[in-house]
Amino acid sequence: MIAIIQTYGSMLVQALGKTLLLTLLSLSFAMIIGLIISLMNVGKNRFFNFFGTAYVDGVRGVPLIVLAYFIYFGVPTGVKMMGFQDFRLTALQAGTIALAMNCGAYMAEIIRAGIESIDKGQMEASRSLGLNYVKTMRLVILPQAFRVMIPSIINQFIITLKDTSILSVIGFPELTNMGKTIAGNTFKSLQTWAIVGIMYMIVIVALSKVAKRVERRVNLGRG
Amino acid sequence: MAEGKTIISVKNLKKSFGRLDVLKDMSMDIEKGEVVVLLGPSGSGKSTFLRCLNQLEAATGGTIIVDGQTVTDRHTDINKVRENIGMLFQHFNLFPHKTVMQNITMAPIALKTMSKEDAHAKGLALLKRVGLSDKADAYPSQLSGGQKQRVAIARALAMNPDIMLFDEPTSALDPEMVGEVLAVMKELAADGMTMVIVTHEIGFAREVADRVVFIDAGYIVESGSPKAIFNHPKEPRTIDFLNKVL
Repeated sequence: MIAIIQTYGSMLVQALGKTLLLTLLSLSFAMIIGLIISLMNVGKNRFFNFFGTAYVDGVRGVPLIVLAYFIYFGVPTGVKMMGFQDFRLTALQAGTIALAMNCGAYMAEIIRAGIESIDKGQMEASRSLGLNYVKTMRLVILPQAFRVMIPSIINQFIITLKDTSILSVIGFPELTNMGKTIAGNTFKSLQTWAIVGIMYMIVIVALSKVAKRVERRVNLGRG
Repeated sequence: MAEGKTIISVKNLKKSFGRLDVLKDMSMDIEKGEVVVLLGPSGSGKSTFLRCLNQLEAATGGTIIVDGQTVTDRHTDINKVRENIGMLFQHFNLFPHKTVMQNITMAPIALKTMSKEDAHAKGLALLKRVGLSDKADAYPSQLSGGQKQRVAIARALAMNPDIMLFDEPTSALDPEMVGEVLAVMKELAADGMTMVIVTHEIGFAREVADRVVFIDAGYIVESGSPKAIFNHPKEPRTIDFLNKVL
């Protein structure tokens, strides 16, 4: 075990960095996707409702690994067939898109549930003061909804971080992929996967602790 | 008191929820400075009528004109009209994530009717007026029901409305807190605010209302001065209702 850490330690840390980079990128996009799709779903516009529901159902209905293959291998092939010969997606780009799309669908449902949990009297009070729908959402509904959503959002963050390991299948050099390489080179599966597992665990436990703090701080004002 | 100028004009208002006809045919003119109390059994449509006035409920038929603006017309900028109509709710509906002061200043700042400094100064003046100067930095969860409703009044007044709607403002309060809210409302009435009030406080209606309107089953059954309605009701349904509540 010590030998593996001595030989491969810096590579493992680098791979962990890639995992975190992929997580951070996809989460940022997922938040934006989630917010847009959830707002489409809570409004009353039928076209938006249809699109929003179709997105959530569509993306949730496909396993992440299939989505990743489709975007990494399928989409460039399709684009090339349309005549753009130079089109390429790096593993990081494809991985970010796949994860963001996937996580965005779940995030949309979390945000929608959060918005719908806010008493409708809040919307009425704000609208009766003369604020329009968008201002009411921004100033009254979403700030309250986000407080309700924090635990679910953090849970989704953790799931997404772990889901990055699935993207080892398209060759992105994140932590799990590095684990495969090391286990293959050293034939020490037990030690390698124990180290990799512990690395994930440390990051996720640390994240949970930070999350708990944030949650407590945000709830302070409510008394 | 009434100045003789119509500020709210309702003609043949109808409202249905699906197949349920809540308001069948209601017409009413309200004058500037008038205090109108809507009375009636629960489910009679009085709250729905009130909520149609600022279009929290969209009317199914008929027209409502507020301050010269046809609010039932889809082309009217309803947000602009609402700035001029304050509303109070049974459950206060204060914003729990904002302090008392932020509750009051949010709308004037967001709608740019006042600068931040002016809104804050106005907020302090309003809190003084409702007797809660020391609560500016408190959160709604730290207030009693009566205090919450007084903050809600201050919040509505921050937009300088000409009209105030009250939807059972004391129904969710403990009995000992009803008085403090009614006292603020009395002052508003004395200052010449146009007020439309749904309430079960008969004593308050007797004392403050210029007109009492009895509503039942989606129709206006009878309307007149508090004296006329409470002492000499004409319609059997009014008599029946008053016998139960007085």
